[in-house]
Amino acid sequence: MSAELVNVVFAGIGGQGIILASDMLTEAAFKSGYDVKKSELHGMSQRGGSVSSDVRFGTKVWSPMVPRGEADYLVVLSEDQVEVCGDMLKPGGVLLTPSLLGDYNPGRSLNIAMLGALNAHLRFPEELWVELIRDKFKGELADANIEAFRKGAAGVK
Amino acid sequence: MFPGKVILSGDEAVAYGAYAASVALGSGYPGTPSTEILETLSRIGGRAEWAPNEKVALEVGIGVSFAGGRSIVTMKHVGVNVAADPLFTLAYTGVTGGLVLVSADDPGLASSQNEQDNRNYAKAAKLLMLEPSDSQEAYDFTVLAFELSEKFDIPVLLRMTTRVCHSQGVVNLWKERENAREIPYEKNVHKRVMVPAFAKGAHVKLENIMKEIEAFAETSALEDVKKGSPELGIICSGVAYQHVCEAAPEASVLKLGLTWPLPKKKIAAFAASVKRCIVVEEGDRFLADAIASAGIPVEPKPDSLLFGELDVTRVRKQIRRDETPDPAPKAGRAPQLCPGCPHRKSFETLRDLGCIVSGDIGCYTLGTLPPFSAMDMCVCMGASIGVGLGLRHTLKETDARRVVSVIGDSTFLHSGLTGIVEMVYNRPATGHLVVILDNSTTAMTGLQENPSTGRHLNLDPAYPVDLAAVCKALGVDHVDTVDTTLETERFRELVKERLASNGVNVIIAKRPCILQMKKLAKLAKKESVK
Ligand SMILES: Cc1ncc(C[n+]2csc(CCOP(=O)(O)OP(=O)(O)O)c2C)c(N)n1
Ligand code: SF4
Repeated sequence: MSAELVNVVFAGIGGQGIILASDMLTEAAFKSGYDVKKSELHGMSQRGGSVSSDVRFGTKVWSPMVPRGEADYLVVLSEDQVEVCGDMLKPGGVLLTPSLLGDYNPGRSLNIAMLGALNAHLRFPEELWVELIRDKFKGELADANIEAFRKGAAGVK
Repeated sequence: MFPGKVILSGDEAVAYGAYAASVALGSGYPGTPSTEILETLSRIGGRAEWAPNEKVALEVGIGVSFAGGRSIVTMKHVGVNVAADPLFTLAYTGVTGGLVLVSADDPGLASSQNEQDNRNYAKAAKLLMLEPSDSQEAYDFTVLAFELSEKFDIPVLLRMTTRVCHSQGVVNLWKERENAREIPYEKNVHKRVMVPAFAKGAHVKLENIMKEIEAFAETSALEDVKKGSPELGIICSGVAYQHVCEAAPEASVLKLGLTWPLPKKKIAAFAASVKRCIVVEEGDRFLADAIASAGIPVEPKPDSLLFGELDVTRVRKQIRRDETPDPAPKAGRAPQLCPGCPHRKSFETLRDLGCIVSGDIGCYTLGTLPPFSAMDMCVCMGASIGVGLGLRHTLKETDARRVVSVIGDSTFLHSGLTGIVEMVYNRPATGHLVVILDNSTTAMTGLQENPSTGRHLNLDPAYPVDLAAVCKALGVDHVDTVDTTLETERFRELVKERLASNGVNVIIAKRPCILQMKKLAKLAKKESVK
């Protein structure tokens, strides 16, 4: 993948693991040798409010925030946030929502499944993600999340 | 563990910088977006403590400095208001060990009650101010801040903003931890006892130090000049620099790192080198005003940019002099009290009893929103009690009897104690009722410990301050402790009874925050595995 600058916005509701997902993408980009910045607003998110997080990577990243209308990818974990964040996407940008997963319900691993779906576009090596997942989760939880990642990736053709 | 390249938030980078500089103690009070600095410092092996409030935190830092150690004191922007009294005079006494005060400002109000621009404190109190523009500079400037503090015998204000604190980027941790210097204690009353006779001399000394720093600023390499088009020059600092580089890749840019006192000659030379020179800054027109008053012609930002945080789009608009209003952001889901939150029953009861609630800051401020709609006012931390007393003194009796002050446990220890003293000293004719919402944590900012939780910042056991005993000792007539979730009816009856009496009373609504309970359960599990 050649990457002058790739803009990804994650959006969802406090507690869905938006921050973790964006942390993992940040690390994946960093470990792949890109300059990377990530920005989100922390605060009162534990109480069910909207949460979004911007990740930008490429040869050189300046502002930590994705300008409105310039996101290449918008990854939404809660469908109602499309209404709130839809205008972050650039014309022709890619919107990824849980509906992509069809009948598959990843439960608490939704964030990781959506990372899989995103990676079907970004194409960082799968081993890198497996390593990152094993780093964040232990034992059975790690296995469940690796499966969620693979199913998410397979859902996007 | 370090050196090396890692991904860090600005807050984390400050902690790593302080650790590398061998800080003896980090003290502070939680407040978004500053909280993670001390949490990180503790996690990586430094010593960090939560103080009851920002003033005490700074005073502890001053003591560390007078004893020869380096200290970092962290807080959100409004915390500096609380710490302002020692701060202004600390500038007079100067330091022994380096002292760095981190102010985390919140332009855009991600989680604050106002948008104050604390760069004004550097000017008003006469401090040396550094403004990092990303995580790398947060690390570099923290290391440097301790050196400059000691070199110029002055506290350093490290001014951060939400996007610098909470954005993550690649940081090169280049510095091995240095050995802490040991400075033997020396008594020096001229330096440290600020009675008028000594303070007069200290003020003169401070003005001279500011001149020295200004001369240093002219020769230091703390700013960065990007030579671009001679048509457009942009002066900026902090995160604004990042937006500027993206919005105007062709422009010439002067990024200031040391923003008080300012390197006026360098600024003048830069301004003269371009046809149009604009200042891009968040918050007040702090740089633009200071530069203009030095007689350097620059174009300040328009009024439309006095509000909110900057981003690439807004900077582009400033450059093309487009003052059309920004599109209103779409409202997302509002935060709510968690299901099962102990504050819920407290507010339902106060709402149903028709109370006038003088509120305070914490998770419980969400009691303002429906379905509770049970908070009438909220100004700053600790204000609930004083404001409630003022209402009691002034409203007609039937209304005065409905007034209740509510305050969280952390907020009570931060700045509610003196409110209780006021209540027992200047008793309103109808008495008063204070409800302390004790959920055994500082929940709002992410579950920090406080002096009544029985744990230190690093979770080691601590002596738990007994809120009921404190209130009784201060002279409160009745102090009752109730679990408003399990004993809702009892709480209701107690409130009614207390409001009907002319006594000055406290009810402690005690039940832990559900997220705090989860945190402690996790911790217990970890302990039992060990
Ligand atoms: C001077 C100042 N310092 C810090 C803050 C940030 N802050 C707001 S409320 C709060 C504490 C909340 O704890 P508590 O009173 O126990 O209420 P809870 O959130 O647990 O319900 C803090 C740290 C602030 N607004 N003002
Ligand atoms: S975090 Fe705790 S105090 Fe805050 S709303 Fe949730 S349960 Fe209530």
